[in-house]
Amino acid sequence: MPKLTIDGQTIEVPPGSTVLQACEAAGREIPVFCYHPRLNIAGNCRMCLVELEKSPKPIASCAMPAADGMVIHTDTPVVHKARRGVLELLLINHPLDCPICDQGGECDLQDLTLFYGPDHSRFAENKRPVADKDLGPLISTHMTRCIHCTRCIRFLNEVAGVEELGACARGEHMEITTWIEAALTSELQGNIIDLCPVGALNSKPYEYRARTWELKKTESVDVLDALGCNIRVDSRGNEVMRVLPRLNEAINEEWISDKTRFAYDGLRRRRLDVPMVKRDGKLREASWSEALRAAAERLAGTGPERVAAVVGDLADLESMLLLKELMAALGSPHLDCRQDGAKLGIGPRASWLFNPTIAGIEQADVCLLVGCDPRSEAPVLNARLRKRWRQGGFRVGRIGPPRDLTYPVEELGAGPQTLQEVVGGGIAFAQALRDARAPLVVVGSGAVARPDGAAVLALAASLPVQREAWNGFAVLHRAASRVGGLELGILPGPGGRDVAGILHGVEAGEIEVVYLLGADEIEASRLRGAFVIYQGHHGDRGAAAADIVLPGAAYTEKHATYVNTEGRPQRGKLAVFPPGEAKEDWRILRALHDALGLRSDVATLGDVRARIATLAPHLARIDEVTPANWEPLADAGAVDRAPFGYPFDDFYRTDSISRASAVMAECSRLARERRASEATGTHG
Amino acid sequence: MPAFAFSEANQAEVARIRARYPADRQASAVLPLLHLAQAQHGGWLPRAALDHVADLLGMPRIRVYEVASFYDMFNTEPTGRVQVRVCTTTPCWLCGSDEVVAAARETLGIEVGETTLDGRFFLREFECLGACANAPVMWIDDDFYEDLDGPKARAILEAVKRGEQPVPGPQSGRRGSEPLGGPTTLLRTGE
Repeated sequence: MPKLTIDGQTIEVPPGSTVLQACEAAGREIPVFCYHPRLNIAGNCRMCLVELEKSPKPIASCAMPAADGMVIHTDTPVVHKARRGVLELLLINHPLDCPICDQGGECDLQDLTLFYGPDHSRFAENKRPVADKDLGPLISTHMTRCIHCTRCIRFLNEVAGVEELGACARGEHMEITTWIEAALTSELQGNIIDLCPVGALNSKPYEYRARTWELKKTESVDVLDALGCNIRVDSRGNEVMRVLPRLNEAINEEWISDKTRFAYDGLRRRRLDVPMVKRDGKLREASWSEALRAAAERLAGTGPERVAAVVGDLADLESMLLLKELMAALGSPHLDCRQDGAKLGIGPRASWLFNPTIAGIEQADVCLLVGCDPRSEAPVLNARLRKRWRQGGFRVGRIGPPRDLTYPVEELGAGPQTLQEVVGGGIAFAQALRDARAPLVVVGSGAVARPDGAAVLALAASLPVQREAWNGFAVLHRAASRVGGLELGILPGPGGRDVAGILHGVEAGEIEVVYLLGADEIEASRLRGAFVIYQGHHGDRGAAAADIVLPGAAYTEKHATYVNTEGRPQRGKLAVFPPGEAKEDWRILRALHDALGLRSDVATLGDVRARIATLAPHLARIDEVTPANWEPLADAGAVDRAPFGYPFDDFYRTDSISRASAVMAECSRLARERRASEATGTHG
Repeated sequence: MPAFAFSEANQAEVARIRARYPADRQASAVLPLLHLAQAQHGGWLPRAALDHVADLLGMPRIRVYEVASFYDMFNTEPTGRVQVRVCTTTPCWLCGSDEVVAAARETLGIEVGETTLDGRFFLREFECLGACANAPVMWIDDDFYEDLDGPKARAILEAVKRGEQPVPGPQSGRRGSEPLGGPTTLLRTGE
């Protein structure tokens, strides 16, 4: 362990540390532009210069390995002069248009210039002009502001794995560009906006909409995939202005996907903001009491065996619990949260969780993907798999149709037959799994959402991936509500019907009333024969089939709990109020209890949460994963020959919020065009 | 976009160049392959050629664009067939490269950075060509012409215009970069 002296303080750092890391460990702040702890070291901005005794010149601390006996000074006239000089050079070609720059107020260049920079420029010549680049619908560019730190290039090369940005030309003429003007294709590209230390790369949808200091910042969690990425919702008045990632090493590090970041404009469109009741074949506005009374009459007036409920992908834990209690009070067993028909929730808890945890991916050495496309189902998790692959010694195999994941994958086969072969040990990859120190099997939600899903799950669970203190069996969900629903038992009761059964029941006239809690991913047209009560926030597929609409709140508009694919409960917070007369979802269900004359002893959200804590204590341990005990699954019959399919062909439009987003629609159109031109070979 | 492919003769050369590098280090062949492609394509690299080289070597295309735009030896826009490049970096400039540039502009009738109307000559200023001992230097296609002044540069360019091939190298009568006024060291022999 090298021992250094930093500003008179002796400090020991792990081998392989840099001088900059040593300075930070000693509590010294070193200003940087190009250095980023999650990216390779570039050493090109020179902002991190410090003085090293016996060195004739100041050294770039980000790129200098810490060595034993180094004596470093970070607060001397030499260092101050160096920083001032670097900033003066960086500012020579920088436009100083801070008053109209979106980065103003959260700009590294602005902040560091304030603290370390010169107070004026000696450069009287013309500044360098640089043409702005068109990088697509998500990122706006002001390339005159660029200081060539190359963080964006390094992020796309290393983390996203889609090498599209480069530094072309040289010296003063160097530009960050795609060279051939084209939209970036990475589904993680929005992160380069956060990485850009100046205002060169900005969010296009947010451009010129607000100043950072006017925004109210609410720390929350994302629901557009099942990872529960930590986000910060920035709002002004009652409008969400932007969504940013929040650091959480266990889940998303500091990245979020473009859907998480940019789908928020969908929160303003197609909203259900007033209760509606169908009269004369048309939905008409109604008061809450009218709508609730109509719903209650219908529910109470129908035999419980003819009432069913389906929970959607964005539902929160609290409203799911109240819906379950409502159905139990009515006496109906027909309840399901698995809109896609996934055969999960039958076995022990470990059979539906991402047991090794997301951060645990970095411990794995062999990975088998079973009917799973992490890049479209959870891009941030895919970035973690790629990170593991970049560390070396990571073998990834796939059962399912080939798709580019940004790292090499061994194609083992397309369907359950191949899975059987791996279980049987018939192919080489099976040996690798057996020999692995920490093997990982990721089962996609698409692989179990098929008639033989239970058999596929049991097969995958029989793979040899259990080690001491390591459970390598992982289910990757794609719906934010799913694990919470399974943990609460939002499943058909004895004699109850699942989603497919409910749809059949409606068509056969055996189910008369269907309650949809934000359920938009089912074939709503098949509900035509039933009386449909839709509670949710968007006029999407479910609302189109509704006879009564109870307007609920989207994830940015309520205090709510979600359980991610690892089984980690997290709290989302209210950033803005629901639009119009829409209410938080637990309140709607609570009011429906009243309208039905059912006794309910919950009066506040705290009461609901207390109830959850009693029923499932592990769901009250917020932000913590409670590990599940592993038990082998019972054999669940034979698998069929059909190859696995993936749930998403279109990453950008997967739920009622992203389908309402114009930004996501544009991204989706570009992705479609790209695929079409690749298929016909006219690209490039 | 028109396609680009190496000619049959060049394909053998491509194979020979690529054989120099290990299978997992094929990207190292990018410079020689770009030179080859540029020579085949009349002195400049269209996007199709850059893409072809990238695909051949399994590199992301942007990486090849970066290389091609970094080096001045690669032209990514159409140029005249004969490339006339005058070094104007400090040593050449001190030794009179301004005169050489002026001579080239007058002889060819174009400004720096332009191509003659007949598409034959392309004139540009260049950064250090590494022949400072023989400054000033002019680089025409594959040949260096050294120890120039205005009239000498003019004579060379006139000859090239007539289709002749002037003798490359120092135009002052000395050999290589030996001292201009004769030897200055190792004067005594046999001791």
